Amino acid sequence: MKTFFAVLHRDLLLAWRARSDLLVALSFFVIVASLFPFGVGAEPEQLRAIGPGVVWVAALLASLLALPRLFAQDFDNGVLEQLLLSPEPPVIWVSAKILAHWLTTGLPLVLIAPVLGLMYQLEPGASGILTLSLALGTPVLSLLGAIGAALTLGLRGAGSLLALLVLPLCVPVLVFGAGAVDAWAGGMPVTAHLSLLGGGSLAALALAPFACAAALRLACE
Amino acid sequence: MNIFRFSSPQTFYPLAGKLIPVFGSLAALFCAFGLYLGFFVAPTDAVQGEVYRIIYLHVAAAWMSMFIYLVMAFWSAIGLGLGTRLSFYMTQALAPTGALFCFIALWSGALWGRPTWGAYWVWDARLTSQLLLLFLYFGFIALTRSIEDPRRADKAGAILALVGAVNVPIIHFSVKWWSTLHQGASVSMTRSSLASSMLIAMLVMAFAAWFYSIAVTLARARRIILERERHTDWAAAEIARLGRELSVTGSR
Amino acid sequence: MQWQSFSEFIAMGGRGFYVWGSYGLAFILILAELRLLAQRRRQSLQRLHQLQQLEKD
Repeated sequence: MKTFFAVLHRDLLLAWRARSDLLVALSFFVIVASLFPFGVGAEPEQLRAIGPGVVWVAALLASLLALPRLFAQDFDNGVLEQLLLSPEPPVIWVSAKILAHWLTTGLPLVLIAPVLGLMYQLEPGASGILTLSLALGTPVLSLLGAIGAALTLGLRGAGSLLALLVLPLCVPVLVFGAGAVDAWAGGMPVTAHLSLLGGGSLAALALAPFACAAALRLACE
Repeated sequence: MNIFRFSSPQTFYPLAGKLIPVFGSLAALFCAFGLYLGFFVAPTDAVQGEVYRIIYLHVAAAWMSMFIYLVMAFWSAIGLGLGTRLSFYMTQALAPTGALFCFIALWSGALWGRPTWGAYWVWDARLTSQLLLLFLYFGFIALTRSIEDPRRADKAGAILALVGAVNVPIIHFSVKWWSTLHQGASVSMTRSSLASSMLIAMLVMAFAAWFYSIAVTLARARRIILERERHTDWAAAEIARLGRELSVTGSR
Repeated sequence: MQWQSFSEFIAMGGRGFYVWGSYGLAFILILAELRLLAQRRRQSLQRLHQLQQLEKD
């Protein structure tokens, strides 16, 4: 547990020092989401219909943007190798790194989502559901993305390869995340969507760190 | 007999060489027979007319593309669990054929959809999950090709195949949910129930696809084995023999 | 047997384009895969053989 918090603290500190990088991902999220009305027109009805989907897709792309950096720095300066040599089970510090990544890239997206909800004329309730679905769903994006980042670590063209590997796997999150808001707007219960998202997060939390640790060990061999 | 004997590339290589012509000719026979049944014995469909005959290709290809992904995940699990190199070779030998069948299923589905649903592409659950499966195949092939260290490529590919295989049912379920919400039942297949001759033709074609995949995979695995095992004595001897043959026929 | 003539068989009840389009492309792709397989095998053998010769010298 001590390792977990030590790694978490260190990663958060590093992220804070390079906070302009985080702002890039966040502004990317906002810019992508605000480009859509220029493409499809700004009728409130239409905006309300596409809003949840657009915000979710933008979140997916924005979380992808930050992923290559998740392990790259530690890989380059040898910290990753040191961590792998330490007696701690790698799953612990891998989880800490993923948590730090989510706190620095996923959580800001969740927090700014209500603003985008306003831009898309969503009702306060729909906006709340959107934020809640992002809060439950973005951990899955970080966890699946971490596997992809570990598999492509140190490769040429890692960024685009990462997108190819991770995006198809993220489709269920997109379906249930945007689906929850649609269901709410249609007056249907959203508990099924949200519990599936939460369940998905838990399942990914239980499995992804192991796959990620195995992939990291490969990269450092 | 010990089946683990065949998990060594050295014993597998000649065995595969003997099996390729067997499965290759079985595939050709089944394909010819299946097409005969499908086009000359099976009756015209009461609702769709003749265009339903795409089913013999489409269903066989779709089944095969999903089955091959499962087999890849199976070999990946064996390879990661037992550390057998041959399992990784098989996984990589399977992927291109899986992607090929996936593409054929999509293409024939699109051409079937135009006359029956009025559009080449509908966001139907089956077509959509097939498309995502094709992306998974692309991801696997791209990942294993872009890693230069072959042993890392083996294991990274295996991890990806397993992660993908866990995800495939989830993707399918979510896409199904999504398409029932957004489309209703408007694109359900209207077809009169399958006559037994149609069903038999479909099964025969599925077997043909299966035998074809086995033959092609074995052939590809043999090439991978030679490339990867070239420093062992037996593989070096085989390369020397085949290389000489090649230069003799090439110079003529 | 439901075909009265060869042209009727080709026409497929007016849906010939779709039926033969699917089967035709599948056929071409499978031939291409087989050809690619043979070609890759030959290239790979040539390369391995050359490497072997170089290592011997």
